[in-house]
Amino acid sequence: MPMQTHEIEALIRETFPDAKITVTDTAGDGNHFAAEVVDESFRGKNRVQQQRAVYAALKGKMDGSHGELHALALSTRAPE
Amino acid sequence: MTDAKQIIDETVKSNDVVLYMKGTKEMPQCGFSSRVAGVLNYLGVDYVDVNVLADEGIRQGIKDYSDWPTIPQLYVKGEFVGGCDIIVEMTLSGELDTMFDDNSVTYDKDAANKIREANA
Repeated sequence: MPMQTHEIEALIRETFPDAKITVTDTAGDGNHFAAEVVDESFRGKNRVQQQRAVYAALKGKMDGSHGELHALALSTRAPE
Repeated sequence: MTDAKQIIDETVKSNDVVLYMKGTKEMPQCGFSSRVAGVLNYLGVDYVDVNVLADEGIRQGIKDYSDWPTIPQLYVKGEFVGGCDIIVEMTLSGELDTMFDDNSVTYDKDAANKIREANA
């Protein structure tokens, strides 16, 4: 069952309440998304740590064989 | 440790560069895997490709091993470096070159510069 951009944003928002989150449906099929997350908690963390935290926020939506979310291009950073 | 994790542990520790991917370096079967394999091939990096589609145990095991839910996954000297987004970002920023230099992994420096010029 494909996902909606607002569902993804809400999931990320639960873990990152103050973050600036931009989610786009890159293929228009509810399966391929891009998300940019800008949050203070990323400061001092490397990319793997930052993105691991975002994947954790998605609570398994990504990796199941029934993974509703097939592809999520992530870009994360701390605010300038 | 489950056997899948043991196999993975041995593979990443006994090979300098390992890419867990969908398909093979000659025949990638997913856009993201194809992108990372494409960068490594273009840079002439000598790496081991592991086709996770050929072994469900490895496909799940690698996600547990690195606590990372997606494929592809790149390992250098036993360390998880990242998935497609991170490798592309590191290629464009030059961090991949630095990491290869730091780990004495041979690659084609001019090819790396060409990628950056093409994406400037």
